[in-house]
Amino acid sequence: MSEVDILVLGAGPAGMAAATEARARGFSVLVLDENARPGGQVHRAVEARTVKDGQDRDGAKLAAAFRASGADYRPDATLWAVEPGGKVFWSEGGAARSISAKRLILCAGATERPVPIPGWTLPGVMTVGAAQIALKTAGMVPEGKAWIAGQGPLLWLYANQVVARGGTVQGVIDLSPPGGLARAAWHLPNALRAPEYLVKGLAWQQRIRNAGIPIRRATRLVAEGDGRLERIVIDGWSRPADLLLLHDGVVPNTQVTRAIPGCAHEWDAGQRCWRPTLDEWGNTTVEGVLVAGDSGGIGGAKVAALAGRLAAMEAARALGRLTVDQRNAEAGRTRLEWKRQRAPRRFLDALFPPLPEAAIEDSTIICRCEEVTAGRLRGAVALGCLGANQTKAFTRAGMGPCQGRICGPAVHGVIAAARGVDPAGVDPFRTRFPTKPLTLGELAALAS
Amino acid sequence: MARTSESAGPMKKAVVIGGGLHGLSTALHLQRTPGWQVTVLERRHVGRHSSGVNAGGVRRLGRDLREIALSVVSAEMWAGIEKIVGDDCGFRATGQVKVAESPADMAKNEARVAAVKALGWSHEEVVDQAEVRRLLPAVAPHVIGALVTRDDGSADPMRTVMAFRRAAEQAGVRIIEGVAVTGLRATADGTIIVETDQGGHEAERVANCAGAWATRVARMVGEEIPCGVKASMMIVTERLPPFCDPTVGATSRSLSFKQVANGTVVIGGGHQGVNDVAAETSTVLFGSLAHAARISCELFPVMKGARMVRSWAGIEARTADEVPIIGESRAMPGLFHSFGFSGHGFQLSPAAGAAVAELLARGATNLPIAAFHQDRFTRAA
Repeated sequence: MSEVDILVLGAGPAGMAAATEARARGFSVLVLDENARPGGQVHRAVEARTVKDGQDRDGAKLAAAFRASGADYRPDATLWAVEPGGKVFWSEGGAARSISAKRLILCAGATERPVPIPGWTLPGVMTVGAAQIALKTAGMVPEGKAWIAGQGPLLWLYANQVVARGGTVQGVIDLSPPGGLARAAWHLPNALRAPEYLVKGLAWQQRIRNAGIPIRRATRLVAEGDGRLERIVIDGWSRPADLLLLHDGVVPNTQVTRAIPGCAHEWDAGQRCWRPTLDEWGNTTVEGVLVAGDSGGIGGAKVAALAGRLAAMEAARALGRLTVDQRNAEAGRTRLEWKRQRAPRRFLDALFPPLPEAAIEDSTIICRCEEVTAGRLRGAVALGCLGANQTKAFTRAGMGPCQGRICGPAVHGVIAAARGVDPAGVDPFRTRFPTKPLTLGELAALAS
Repeated sequence: MARTSESAGPMKKAVVIGGGLHGLSTALHLQRTPGWQVTVLERRHVGRHSSGVNAGGVRRLGRDLREIALSVVSAEMWAGIEKIVGDDCGFRATGQVKVAESPADMAKNEARVAAVKALGWSHEEVVDQAEVRRLLPAVAPHVIGALVTRDDGSADPMRTVMAFRRAAEQAGVRIIEGVAVTGLRATADGTIIVETDQGGHEAERVANCAGAWATRVARMVGEEIPCGVKASMMIVTERLPPFCDPTVGATSRSLSFKQVANGTVVIGGGHQGVNDVAAETSTVLFGSLAHAARISCELFPVMKGARMVRSWAGIEARTADEVPIIGESRAMPGLFHSFGFSGHGFQLSPAAGAAVAELLARGATNLPIAAFHQDRFTRAA
């Protein structure tokens, strides 16, 4: 196979919905996903679990429809390049492959914002998202003295999932800046258009309290230990710790879109992150490249699935399968629901603004791969570096094997805070293909 | 500190178009010539294109016979680069090795050394299998010998650009970034006005060091110089334990392979990406880059499992014979061209800059650049 109508990246809610919709319209569809099973992060391993709540039900339904859709689904496949004209490269089973696609629908999801506190690189410190993967795929709950720290909906959801599985944690350390509710109140009326989000959030917090897990507000958290985590220090109060799980919300995964020449991105001041510039159907500024789901702006699983369907309908229009009027008529209800589901977003964004980068101490490591501290980044700014690409050349921050995927938001935020300017005016890392490391042996296979 | 003119007269003015390494080197050497005030006009920022992103090879080995003399002068300058620009530019004389993979390669190498020796140079030598294995312990067993220049090496391109920039500014060069040249006009007084999108600059002498965009500058004065462009692609891997000191090429295959001080391996060799000269961007073509990966894996089997973390391409001017163009314009006296280094101008930049500075200052130079005049493309033989 050398050509396909529609290539979908990612088999989360947006990717599954886009592929299913595109197949229903009669297109050939290839789906590349890094995971072994469909579902993405939110519905991870949903086919293997017993359905427990509405979210699981949504995921199971999407996965079943996707499996039945007839899309060519490639699990354990990593896309690493897109060339102009729609030629896509990926690695699968130890070899590089390529195909040309008439339309790309990129549904790369979200990544966790890094939480660079002193000691965050110690073994024993990990992200809530990583812990949630272990919980969803292997049913693993934390053992020993575990703490959860940071802020954001996922943190409270994960704590609930641990409690529901009979696990426990020593405490939840809420690092959110005070005054969140007052800032968010402005957006409350709009948020009440989809009240289920708020009801769920309040219930999560209450269930943690009912389980007797202490919730403690703090401003400074330090992880300490000799070679691995042994204790955490919460505003000067030292507690033994075997595991510390950190979380500060999620940001769109723009690694691939930023590497595509001509694909414009914009700063989302509400969510304090970069996202691709999209029209209401998911078209980027590059002809033939669409984005759906959290990688186009954080909206959650329901919004992602709706956006995936809309993007597939738009692709059907672009490829001549639907007229504009047909597309608009058929997408009507999906678009209304998409708008309703997005309504609470501003409230949540205001309630959980990311932790301020200005407060990160100079000695704290920001780039884990190259061990670059906040102080060295600020030093580079003092020497005249204006953006992340210049501090990269000066300090190597973002040049390691993770290619800036982990540290990117923190590097960008530290530079903006050090310069005292609007983050919108500070260049983020330029990404380059391959956006995921591949071995030279894999690449060499393309030369035969 | 800027040296002032020895004579009492006013400073003569020169403009260098292009803030790449050749422009900076030219500006630095001319500013150090008594009586000259140099301004560099750069459309984006210093070192934006191939100067900042090349492989950093400091190589005499295997050069076109016409380039060897200038390359040898440059090699002497690289050996004392710290005295010239106040920084070692990351230069390490770890050698350049071109491996032979067949008896035919060996014969080619023997003939090459004979040709170089006939011109009076002795920096290239043929070595046998035992010696190539000593120089490159990780090389594949099918390699049977090599062509070697032991005191060639490599430097850090961006660091070199920054060092030349600093030295030039300390000498008194004015560097203006973000300014685009739009035209050149001769005045009745015999000076040249360099017009830009932000006003004009009058100068006695102008150097065209605009790289891939230099033919457009020539066209502004009605001079058509045939010259193409190239976008050589590069790969960099994750950090690996040290296993290879010299920079490695191959006699009959396109490769440039080098492990730099931080452990990452930089791989190039002239495999071409796609250029968009108007948009000033270049794009990597992985189907083509795969050949560089394949040759690397075949010469160094240990590389099969190494992960590449980035790839890129830089735009550069390429002449038909892959030898640079250096010479005075036939259309506008006082304008001197220096471009078309065709992907191997990094090593030449100290000496070429000195030569072009002499051309600007006194219209002639003793440095060996006579073979580079554009007449070879523009006049019938």
